Amino acid sequence: MSEAIESVEDFRLRARAWIKASLGPIQPWDLSQHCESDEEEDRAVARDRALQRELFDAGFAGICFPREYGGQGLTPEHNRAFNEELVGHEYPSRFAVPTFSPCAAVLLEFGTPEQKARHIPAILKGEEVWVQMLSEPGGGSDVAGATTAAVRQGDDWILNGSKVWTSRAWWADWGMCLARTNWDVPKHQGLTVFLLPLHQPGIEIHRIERLSGESEACQEFFSDVRIPDSDRMGEIDAGWTVGTRWMYHERVGHNSPYVTMPVGLNRPKAKGPTTVSIARRAGRIDDPAAHELIGEARALGIVTHELQRRLAAAAASGKGNTDNSAIDRLFRGLASVRQATIAFELAGSSAAAWTEEDEDETGAQGMNFLMRQVSCIGGGTTEIARNVVSERVLGMPREPSGDKGVPFRDVPRGPARGQA
Amino acid sequence: MWHVLTSDQELLRDTTARFLGDRVPLSRQRKDLRNDPAGFDADYWKAGAELGWTMLLVGEEDGGGSVSGRGAVDLALIAYEFGRHAAPGPLLDCNVVAAALSGQAGDLQRGALGEIIGGAAIAASCLGAAPWQGPGEAAVTIRREGADVVIDGTVRPVESALQAGWFLVTGRSEGGMTQVLVPAGTAGIETRALKGMDVTRRFARVSFDGVRAPASALVGEFARADGSVARQIENAAVILAAESVGAMDIAFAMTVDWAFDRYTFGRALASYQALKHRFADMKSWLEASHAVADAAAEAVADRTELAVETASAARSYIGVQGPELAQECVQLHGGIGVTYEHDLHFFLRRVTLDSLLYGTPAEHRRLLAALQIAKENAA
Repeated sequence: MSEAIESVEDFRLRARAWIKASLGPIQPWDLSQHCESDEEEDRAVARDRALQRELFDAGFAGICFPREYGGQGLTPEHNRAFNEELVGHEYPSRFAVPTFSPCAAVLLEFGTPEQKARHIPAILKGEEVWVQMLSEPGGGSDVAGATTAAVRQGDDWILNGSKVWTSRAWWADWGMCLARTNWDVPKHQGLTVFLLPLHQPGIEIHRIERLSGESEACQEFFSDVRIPDSDRMGEIDAGWTVGTRWMYHERVGHNSPYVTMPVGLNRPKAKGPTTVSIARRAGRIDDPAAHELIGEARALGIVTHELQRRLAAAAASGKGNTDNSAIDRLFRGLASVRQATIAFELAGSSAAAWTEEDEDETGAQGMNFLMRQVSCIGGGTTEIARNVVSERVLGMPREPSGDKGVPFRDVPRGPARGQA
Repeated sequence: MWHVLTSDQELLRDTTARFLGDRVPLSRQRKDLRNDPAGFDADYWKAGAELGWTMLLVGEEDGGGSVSGRGAVDLALIAYEFGRHAAPGPLLDCNVVAAALSGQAGDLQRGALGEIIGGAAIAASCLGAAPWQGPGEAAVTIRREGADVVIDGTVRPVESALQAGWFLVTGRSEGGMTQVLVPAGTAGIETRALKGMDVTRRFARVSFDGVRAPASALVGEFARADGSVARQIENAAVILAAESVGAMDIAFAMTVDWAFDRYTFGRALASYQALKHRFADMKSWLEASHAVADAAAEAVADRTELAVETASAARSYIGVQGPELAQECVQLHGGIGVTYEHDLHFFLRRVTLDSLLYGTPAEHRRLLAALQIAKENAA
């Protein structure tokens, strides 16, 4: 290497100085990713794009991305140092997941030089927010059973079908889409990955209202969407090679070295409810039962953080099984569920109905509780994580499946009706 | 453990593992040591002390020394092996007391420390006051009377109290906690053996009825021991967490093997999804326990500002998930899992016992809450 890499500590000091001078305090919507209205969301998106551009101009965007694509070419330790310094400050939260990881991470691994040159710098400059198009209405966990199909037509592909649970698709720019290109081979062997702009003829985007009232997630309907072959990523019918790495990067999620977002334990969050503030507002700050819950939440926070550190260290050493990321995914899902339950219990009956002041002060714990299971569903369910841990980490026998070695065309996709 | 170990640390760990395997195999604990009043032979403990078990938290100027410069991390390696072997011996209290005596100038303290490090005497910690208790809740009070201090109260459970030569007594005084070192034979001390859950670890109730000690027996200053008691609890947390993780590792590995070997309805247990998912959950608890136990050892060794919270988080989390994991292992074994003949119970006992010493999970949660509330009040 012709150029010595800046030491992590030097980099940290430089980052600290720049962050302090350039970035304001963290905003509530950075933590919750939730805006009250579409107008507010539009403003938050514009601000995130501008912030990402600021990072790029200052030489702090894409710390682990290669320099030739506009990144900084540094190590995961540099990224971690930056993320630690970022605590308490605003940051482009809408770029973290899934734009940097899994999308940009997968692009780096499988994109052609042209694709990388086109998209990675654009992402790092805040010009492209990406979404991942994996789940379909017909099935969430069985990702390789995709039925959204692309058919070759000259130099193009024609895409038809539907994807679902795509967060932010209504305003994002590009999508990474897993589609079926061959029905005559077993399911894993007939998939191909495409890159496509979201806002174009033939793509209809519906927003899905969740029980909490927000409509972040979308469903896309594809009708004869034309995709040039140059926007195919990876070999034809080899999409599952991409898909397994894609799923890996998805499980790593916010812990990916490609993601810029605050991490660390010791500094209080700028805003957002804490268990202490919830207990205080509920008049329970002297209640020993509340103290047990506050202590449990704190312990769980520390344990979650240390588990991530342990798995990241194992992964960085090259000795860790890459499927260990499923341990983290499983643990985080269950820990979030428990944290939401603790907050709900601390809030007491004020979780049932609340004032705007309550919500500003301590959040809507009743609603958070209703939405609790999202942390065990989104980004791959905890059930799938349990399969991965037991089968690929512990080596236990795989679940029997009805589609192994069967041409996808012949795989049952619903109950055999009318035969009873 | 994922720590990158130095060759000296590896040597310490491997020597200890071999020694424990030779001297206290489960076959020997199951029969001979079960009925031994102490649960271990005096020469076993002395030989262990010579391997370095009791010196790691003690400064070099006091005859101690670590192998890596991070005594708590080294000691965690030993404690982990104790967990893997469900080994007997007063590792916990001897190290906690030795660390408390390290740096003390008095002849009494220096003499006792030398005996503890050498394995010639055993120390027991009588924790009659603790940071999770209110001032009125302390089990032991220590007051001044002329040039002496007077100890009153009862502590239970105290480990190896009937074998101990020295008691480090912690009590509440007006204005703060006090610690006093007293010889076990001092007038006014009554020790009564208790029944207990571990096969080889013995506990007693120790009562102090107007026990008098000279001011020179104080460890630290009168009514100023809160900080050192907190550090002793951190040291204990490192040992208990590492030992529990060692025991969890063995219980889990045994149960995974069992799941592959045991067939029912023509299939291995390991092929049932309902059971596979439980194994996955256990694996996540186990990895999380390793992570927080290691973090506690490092934070305590390096005296970071998060040391006390990390130590209590380890005790709170492992204290619940350790026994929970071991009970799951029992359930997955079925009836054989609750027999004395099977090895599993040694590890169930060990993690369960460890969850109850130097603060229960609930007490550590309350301690964490108090810290969290104080932090937010200060912010």
